[in-house]
Amino acid sequence: MVSLLKRGLLIAFIISIYLFITRGSKTATIIRLAGSTAFQPFAEKLADVYMDKNESAVIDVQGGGSALGIMAVNQGIVDIGMADMLQLPRVVSHLTKVVCARDGIAVIVHKDNPIENISKKQLQDIFTGKITNWQKVGVSPAPLRVISREDGSGTRKSFDQIVLKKNKLTINAMYQDSNGTIREAVKSDENAIGYISIGFINSSVKTVDIDGINATNENVKNGKYTLARPIYLILKKDIGQDARQFIDFLLSNEAQTIISKNGLIPVK
Amino acid sequence: MGVNEKIIEKTIYFLAFSAIFILLLITIFIFKEGVPFLFNYGVLKIIFRSSWSPSDQEFGIFAMIIGSIYITLGALIVGIPLGVACAIYLCEFAHKRTRLIIKPTIELLAGIPSVVYGFMGMIVLAPIIRSFLGGSGLSILSASLVLGIMILPTIISISMDSLMALPKTYKEGSIALGATTWQTVIMVLLPAAKSGIIAGIILGLGRAIGETMAVIMIAGNSLKIPVSVLDSTRTMTAGIALEMGYAIGDHRMALFAMAVILFIFILLLNSLVTFIFQKK
Amino acid sequence: MINAKTSERIAKMFLISAILITLGILGFIILFILINGLPVISANFLFKPIEEMGKSGGIFPTIISTIYISMLSIFFAAPLGVATAIYLTEYTRENYLTKVIRFGADCLAGIPSIIYGLFGFVFFVIYLKMSWSILSGALTLSIMMLPTIIRTSEEAIRAVPYSYREATYALGGSKWQGIRFIVIPKAMPGILTGIILSIGRAVSETAALIFTAGMSIRTPTSIFSSGRTMAVHFYALAREGISIQMAYGTAAILIITILIINIFSYYLLFRYQKKYS
Repeated sequence: MVSLLKRGLLIAFIISIYLFITRGSKTATIIRLAGSTAFQPFAEKLADVYMDKNESAVIDVQGGGSALGIMAVNQGIVDIGMADMLQLPRVVSHLTKVVCARDGIAVIVHKDNPIENISKKQLQDIFTGKITNWQKVGVSPAPLRVISREDGSGTRKSFDQIVLKKNKLTINAMYQDSNGTIREAVKSDENAIGYISIGFINSSVKTVDIDGINATNENVKNGKYTLARPIYLILKKDIGQDARQFIDFLLSNEAQTIISKNGLIPVK
Repeated sequence: MGVNEKIIEKTIYFLAFSAIFILLLITIFIFKEGVPFLFNYGVLKIIFRSSWSPSDQEFGIFAMIIGSIYITLGALIVGIPLGVACAIYLCEFAHKRTRLIIKPTIELLAGIPSVVYGFMGMIVLAPIIRSFLGGSGLSILSASLVLGIMILPTIISISMDSLMALPKTYKEGSIALGATTWQTVIMVLLPAAKSGIIAGIILGLGRAIGETMAVIMIAGNSLKIPVSVLDSTRTMTAGIALEMGYAIGDHRMALFAMAVILFIFILLLNSLVTFIFQKK
Repeated sequence: MINAKTSERIAKMFLISAILITLGILGFIILFILINGLPVISANFLFKPIEEMGKSGGIFPTIISTIYISMLSIFFAAPLGVATAIYLTEYTRENYLTKVIRFGADCLAGIPSIIYGLFGFVFFVIYLKMSWSILSGALTLSIMMLPTIIRTSEEAIRAVPYSYREATYALGGSKWQGIRFIVIPKAMPGILTGIILSIGRAVSETAALIFTAGMSIRTPTSIFSSGRTMAVHFYALAREGISIQMAYGTAAILIITILIINIFSYYLLFRYQKKYS
């Protein structure tokens, strides 16, 4: 029995080594992206379309937040860094960047929360911790729970810049690390409030108007809804031809149409 | 000793030294990245300041240390009574056949990945706690319950080994003197198996403090120092995991500093276990 | 004063409830996952690629990534670990150094996996520029498995009575012959148990892999591709609320895989114990 196992393991090893050697040589065209979780699903979808058209291309997409994208492209471990923020930090000022989409940030609450509208001032007070009870914004009394993104999120940086301005986030905030996890957290907690990319809105959470303006792509486009930021693609130094082609594709009409159809704002 | 033998011996030496070298490498790497930070910023300042705001260059990890401590303690409060009780029952009160079936079952179930535990905590436990006790459900209480269950197999298994290792004469002698089984357990067996059981508890402690994914899923990751078990909190491991993807410079070194603290803590725990067993 | 019999009866009630609670909870978790997850599993589920970030399609890429990563990490860790164990037991005398090495291995076996992930990320992914890849993940995991394999192999080898080796020498055999033909075969079940349990740990591992092997949803085409394992995929599905159904299905496969691995190692241990008791 044990010798059979040994033989089986040996064969498995040999097969694995064979696979690694033969398949491992296909290191040719791996195009790597990393960063913004707001753009990640779109990058994946567009990567699928691109790979259908280009047999030899392989595209790996990671999330991790805009700061991770920036760090990774700066270190050269990805070809394209995705970052959704108002301004890119100085550390990537020497790299080429291009805007591939725009996106608004929606404030979300639980589906059953009766609140419809909130003022920018109230929003600031909530997220800085001045308002801690739902009563203060006109709904029935209940403890108000703030959910924020972690430090490395472009969405967070943009939100903080536009809403908090120079003030600090409340110490009572809970944290999640992607658009999806924030949506999930708010979906299950009746008293939570959070923010996600408009591209991530679905029927599981409720969007709150800000100063009477609906959080929609239309309103971002016409400038009425100001809680928004561009999505940058940052190219690594000495980026390869394959990656450049993919970027051209991302800026093409076909890709931009897909982006628009699926919930982000095209850059064209 | 043929040439063959020499070659094989050299290969084994080479592999062994490589392995030991690798283990040394990772240890030194972690300390090299983390310790300078601790000294530059001041060990006490980092450990006892509670403001963690990397973008403002503030690296106080006190809140996360407290988070780790509270959740680990909570896990022990859940795991020790349940675990030792199970071990006592299986060793001293159950039929041999029951024991032979249940022990491997418990150990088998110990293979459940921690992310599954975290998931169950997220969708089953947290809503219950939120409805009945208030708060967001993502709390110290949820994390303690889930981690406590997670470390049960460790505590049960090692406690059982310690109890089974006791000479049969202990129990037989006590019963012969007229004690009930329970009296025997309390007054003779547990004290005798004490060091083994404590070793198992310490091992469970180590696993609880090292848990990352499940904690991120159910503890809420807040940076405030918790005041109630319904408060959300962040452990050191979660703190590392949430920010390591993009931390650079001082920020990254701060994360390594937390890794160093965890490392030293595990070192202390292991020294304790070694000491306990040397006393025997 | 409660008499001894009554207090024993009360104690027994508590003890039995402890067992029932423990088994109940563990059983609940497994049943909950399997009941919700098994219906999701189908040939489609197992063989289709991940679509819509995991909302539809299957989990085939994750199965491949899991196999790649666990096999590759064992490929690195097993020879290194077993050789170290042989060295520690057969080729050196028991001295201070071996005690330190053993203590070090025990400590490293208890270090949180996120710390290995941190090391792997900074060293392999960034410093060595290997980016998020199967290779980075496997190297990180192999370092993580090393202490455990060293310790379990060492225990297994030490359990072989010295008389076996003496017999070999008495018959004129060399040291290596003794090791190769007598000691290792006798210790093999124990060694294999350690290796198989490490594979189980690799399959469940999440923290260390997210930052080293990455989270690409595609089937890895080479060891330099990124790829998410089943555990990582499940983690993403669960936390992002992408699809609870797919989460259950992935969890079910995960649990079944690990149960099979654990049952198998237990079977080996059972045979090992039979041989020696």
